Amino acid sequence: MEIDRPLPNPMTPEAKPFWDGLREQKLMLPKCQACGHVFWYPRVACPKCHTRGIGWIQASGRGTLHAFEVGYQAFNKAFKVEPPYVLAMIELAEGPRMLSNLINVEADPRTLKCDMPVEVVFSKLTDEVTLPLFQPAGR
Amino acid sequence: MANLRDLSNVACIVGVDESDEMGTLPHKSQLSLHVEAVTNAVRDAGLKISDIDGIFTAGQHSPATIGEALGVMPRYVDGTTVGGCSFIIMVGHAVAALHHGLCDVAVISHGESGRSQVGVSPRRDTAIPGQFEAPFGFGPAPTMFGLITTRHMHRYGTTLEQWAQVAVSTRQWAALNPKALRREPITVADVLKARPVVWPFTVLNICLVTDAGGAVVLTRADRAKDCAKKPVYVRGLGEGAEHVSLTQMKDLTFSEATRISGEKAFRMAGVGPGDFQHIMLYDAFTSGPPIMLESLGLAKGLSYTHSGMYGIFPIIEATRQLRGECNQRQVPNVKLSLVNGMGGMLSAAGTLVLSNER
Repeated sequence: MEIDRPLPNPMTPEAKPFWDGLREQKLMLPKCQACGHVFWYPRVACPKCHTRGIGWIQASGRGTLHAFEVGYQAFNKAFKVEPPYVLAMIELAEGPRMLSNLINVEADPRTLKCDMPVEVVFSKLTDEVTLPLFQPAGR
Repeated sequence: MANLRDLSNVACIVGVDESDEMGTLPHKSQLSLHVEAVTNAVRDAGLKISDIDGIFTAGQHSPATIGEALGVMPRYVDGTTVGGCSFIIMVGHAVAALHHGLCDVAVISHGESGRSQVGVSPRRDTAIPGQFEAPFGFGPAPTMFGLITTRHMHRYGTTLEQWAQVAVSTRQWAALNPKALRREPITVADVLKARPVVWPFTVLNICLVTDAGGAVVLTRADRAKDCAKKPVYVRGLGEGAEHVSLTQMKDLTFSEATRISGEKAFRMAGVGPGDFQHIMLYDAFTSGPPIMLESLGLAKGLSYTHSGMYGIFPIIEATRQLRGECNQRQVPNVKLSLVNGMGGMLSAAGTLVLSNER
């Protein structure tokens, strides 16, 4: 299948457990071993208590649609997903927010609602890259 | 003990101007827009290019590049780049540098070939947007501001009609400015039925992209008396930076950076949000000004010009308002003007309190 979106570039060393986890259909999040803060995006020191010991947990994959947009055109030549499509900010049950797409839903601003429950869907692009996309919960 | 108030009224804006032309300029490089704006602003101040010894600029060119292009060897340089508000923040940096004698004549320069892309280096994704945003179709500013806007609509019940009204109002102001790119009047209905780009925005909610340059010249208050025009005193200044990636913003509907920068500027100037006769906001998107006003505790660029990092232009307009140079768009009896702008996605902010009285 033709890859319909830009591949993540660069894939940084501190995010390796995130990308490794996705290949096994797991959504992994960094968690501070000192204060327990679960955060996004991956970095070498905790943004809350600033210590260096960072571990990883498997997230539930559940969350809510914190904010969204409906794209009527592509904003990057390599992004070939057919418009209209939903650009989404997801608030994960574990706390952090990440950007993604809401799929398996009609891209209609009249029916999409902020705070609607969503769940992760794993979308394999290449042998190396699987992306976490989201769909309405309980589909 | 350092006191913020020590910096109040010690330096003045003495020269402002734009590049020779603004709009669609495929015949002019980005660097030329800088040089035109600086030479025009220095002339406005009644100074010479050789008087410049402090160079401040944000964006793709370093202050050393601007110095080289002008034929000036600066003894103070500042290249703070935190988005479009960088130039507003640099007024504060220039005031501090002038106060301490690190330079005597500071020029803040902006030039951007945002529309024609002449002499512009290609953008490269850094680790965060390239890795965690681009694969989902995110990229330019409209794809970020829409998120802020839908969250605001969800939380406060704001409507598409209200955002459209912001575009209508800014266009009314631009109609009074002969240099504005878009001057024909528009209605709320026009905004709503324009080409949809990324809901909740149509093309008329989104910043114009133009080619433009602008520059501001500052010097200490004692020297300002010898310049060509009435000096504009920098009474208060503030800056702040909350986040870069939108996922890191605490509350999408409130700009912490704006609040921090505004509070500092008001405290330094000894004024409150209600004391201004004139307010200039950096409004690249229709949802920007309402959120900025709210964050400041209390409007106008969507139609005039927006080269990209737009923050130099509200300083130029506020200075002209305080000098009384604005003809049909002149606000009567302006003594105190507030300039506030944001950078990135409400990520950073700069605030200035400017006055024509000491």
